[in-house]
Amino acid sequence: MELSGAEIVVQALKDEGVEYVWGYPGGAVLHIYDALFQQNEVRHILVRHEQAAAHAADGYARATGKPGVVLVTSGPGATNAVTGIATAFMDSIPLVVLTGQVPTPVIGSDAFQEVDTVGITRPCVKHNFLVKRVDDLAETIRKAFYIAASGRPGPVVVDIPKDVTDPNIRISYEYPQEIGMRSYNPVERGHPGQIRKAVDLMMSAKRPVIYTGGGVVLADASEELCQLVKKTGFPITQTLMGLGAFPATDPQFLGMLGMHGTYEANMAMHETDVLIAIGARFDDRVTGKVAHFCPHAKIIHIDVDPASISKTVRVDVPIVGQVRSVLADMLHLIDELECEPGRDALAQWWERIEAWRAVECLSYDASDKVIKPQFAVEALYKVTRDDEFYLTSDVGQHQMFAAQFYPFDQPRRWINSGGLGTMGFGLPAAMGVKQACPEAEVACITGEASIQMCIQELATCKQYDLPIKILLLNNGYMGMVRQWQEFFYDGRYSHSYVDALPDFCKLAESYDHVGMRIDDPADLEAAYREAFGMKDRLVFMDIVIDPEENVYPMIEAGKGHHEMHMSPHLSSERELA
Amino acid sequence: MQHIISILIENEAGALSRVSGLFSARGYNIESLTVAPTEDTTLSRMTLVTRGDENVIEQITKQLNKLIDVVKLVDLSEGPHIERELMMIKVRAEGTMREELKRLADIFRGNIIDATGNSYTIEMTGDGAKLDAFIQVVDDELIIETVRSGPLGIARGGKRLTLHV
Repeated sequence: MELSGAEIVVQALKDEGVEYVWGYPGGAVLHIYDALFQQNEVRHILVRHEQAAAHAADGYARATGKPGVVLVTSGPGATNAVTGIATAFMDSIPLVVLTGQVPTPVIGSDAFQEVDTVGITRPCVKHNFLVKRVDDLAETIRKAFYIAASGRPGPVVVDIPKDVTDPNIRISYEYPQEIGMRSYNPVERGHPGQIRKAVDLMMSAKRPVIYTGGGVVLADASEELCQLVKKTGFPITQTLMGLGAFPATDPQFLGMLGMHGTYEANMAMHETDVLIAIGARFDDRVTGKVAHFCPHAKIIHIDVDPASISKTVRVDVPIVGQVRSVLADMLHLIDELECEPGRDALAQWWERIEAWRAVECLSYDASDKVIKPQFAVEALYKVTRDDEFYLTSDVGQHQMFAAQFYPFDQPRRWINSGGLGTMGFGLPAAMGVKQACPEAEVACITGEASIQMCIQELATCKQYDLPIKILLLNNGYMGMVRQWQEFFYDGRYSHSYVDALPDFCKLAESYDHVGMRIDDPADLEAAYREAFGMKDRLVFMDIVIDPEENVYPMIEAGKGHHEMHMSPHLSSERELA
Repeated sequence: MQHIISILIENEAGALSRVSGLFSARGYNIESLTVAPTEDTTLSRMTLVTRGDENVIEQITKQLNKLIDVVKLVDLSEGPHIERELMMIKVRAEGTMREELKRLADIFRGNIIDATGNSYTIEMTGDGAKLDAFIQVVDDELIIETVRSGPLGIARGGKRLTLHV
C-alpha cells in the first residue's frame, strides 16, 4: 500500500482502532485534515479550543482505558493543548497528541506558528517525538500508542512537520505489529519474595489500613482489590483519584483520605501499624506533613512505577509491578498459605474506627431555605444511583463535595483532574465520556468560575448532539480560594468573587441547549429528574447554593492527619480525640 | 555525597535535554555532565556527577531510568571505579617561571602541548582532586585560562556497562 504521510497518520489511527480524534485544524496539519476528510472510520470532533481537545480525549481515556487521541496544529495549537497534556500527565492518563509542526527546512527559523513543541511539552509528557522523515511516521505512531498505554500510562506527543505529511510523497505503508524498545520495558509481575514479605506483614498487622489510588483504576484491578479487602477484612480508604475502585457504599470503606478526607480515614491513617498502599503516590494533599504521616506504620507499596516508590515517604516493602497482577499473586499466596490476620486485634481496630465514624464528620447544617452544596450532591446521588452514571468534575469546592458525598461504587465513573487541578476540565471531559459511553448518563459538576474556563465547548456539544447535564453549583465565589482566604487571610477575599456572571440559562439557550435555574432546595430533586429525563438535550442547571459553605473536614497544608479542622456544625462533645 | 552516574542513552536529538531538563525540573544538583557517542553509533554515553543524600540519589537514578531514551545506567560510586578528568590550563610562563612551571607539570605528569615566548598550555589528566591540587600550586596571577572536561568514570575489573547483560 503506497500512502502519503498524511494518509499514513490516518491509516495508523485506524490500525490502532481509534474511534475518535479531538482536534482543531490549522496550517501545519492541513494535509492530515485533508486525509481525514476522505474517510469515515476515524471520527473527528471539532472542539472550540485546543485545551478542550486534550481534556475531551482525556475524559474518553479515563472512561474507557483506551488512549485518547488529539490532533492540533503547530504553535498556538500546540501551546493551547499543553494544559490538557499536563493534566493527563499528572493523573497518568494515556493520550496520543499529534501536533503539526512547520516544515523541516524552516524549523528553528522562528517561522509562522512555530514553537519548539517537543521542548515545551518535554516536562509534561511521558515521552515525545519529532518525526523528521516520512519513513519513520508509522513506527513512531505505533511507539506512541504503546508507550502511552503501557506501564504507568501517560500522554505522548508526536510532532509532525508539514513536509512529512506532503500528499505528493508516497511511500509503502505497513503498520508494525510488534514494537520492541530496548530502552523501555515496563515491569509486569511483582517480585514473589517481596509479595511474600508483604503478606507476612499484613497477617501480623493489628491496625491495618489499605490505601489505594488512581493506579488501581488505571490497572482495571478493582475486582482483585475487592477480593483482597473482603478476604482480609481490612478497612480501606481511597484517594480522590482512586474513588470507585472499591464500592463506597461498602461498610469497609472509610471514605476518602487526605486534606478533605473523612475523620475516620485520616485517624486510621494516623494510628495504623501496617499501611498497604496500592497504586497511590503519597501526594502532598494525601499525606499532609510527611514527618507526621503514618507515624506508627510499616508501609507496603505496590506500584508499576519504581520512581513512585519511596519518593516522598520511605516504604518498608516495595513491590514494583502491575497492580492487577501483584494483587492476583497476593491473593493466590494468601490462599496457598491459608493464612489469616489476627481476628481479635482486627475486631478491636474496627471498634476504634467505628467510634471515629460515629463523629459523622461529613454532617452539615441542613437548610430548607438555601441549597447546600452537600445536599445538591446527595440529591444527585438519589436521582442517578440506579443508572449507568458518570460524573466529571471541575476543580474546587464542588469537586470536594462531590468526592465526599457521591458514593461511587464502580471505577472510571468519577472523572476529575486530581493532580494538576485544572479548572475547565469538567465540561470537555464530559464530552469525551459521553462519546465513549453514549448510552450512559453523563453529568459535569462545576462551579461558576471553572465552567467559564472552557465554556465555549457548549458549541461542540451542540454540533455533535452531546446531551450531557451540567450541574453548576453557583455560589458567586471561587469557593475554594474564598475558603482559604477566610481561614488563612482573615477573610480578605482578594479577587475570589466572580463578578459580572452571565445569565447561564440564556447563555445555554443561545446555543440551543436547555437552561434551568434552581434556588429552592425543595425544587432540586424534581429539577434533576426533569433534566435527566431530557435524554437528547444538554441541560445546564444553574444551581444557586449557599455562598459561604466550607468544605470540612480540612487538614491545613503542612499539618498531620490527626490535626483536622472539623465543621463548626459538630458540637464539641462529639469531637472525639 | 558525590556520585558518578554513567548512562547509556539512545543517540537521538534532544536526549541530552531530557536528562538536563529532568535535573532542573526536579531541583537535583548537577556538577558536571559529559556526553559523547560510543562505538555503537546508536548510543551515547553520559557521565553525570551529582550530589545528594541516599534518598535523592535513589530518586535520581529512578527518574533517569524512567526516561524512555535511557537504555541503562549505573551509579559507579557504588563500587570500585576509576575517575579521570582532562584539563587544559594556559599559564603565563616568563623568565624563571618557565622552568618552574615545566617542573611542576612534570611532577603532576602533565604535558606542555603548546608554548609561546610567554605562555605554556599544559594538558593534564587525573581525578578532580589532582587537577584541583595543580591549580592550587600555580600562582593565581599566572593562570590565563583553564578548561576541564568534567569527570569520566569506568568500573574497575571486568564489569562493564553495555546493552548485554
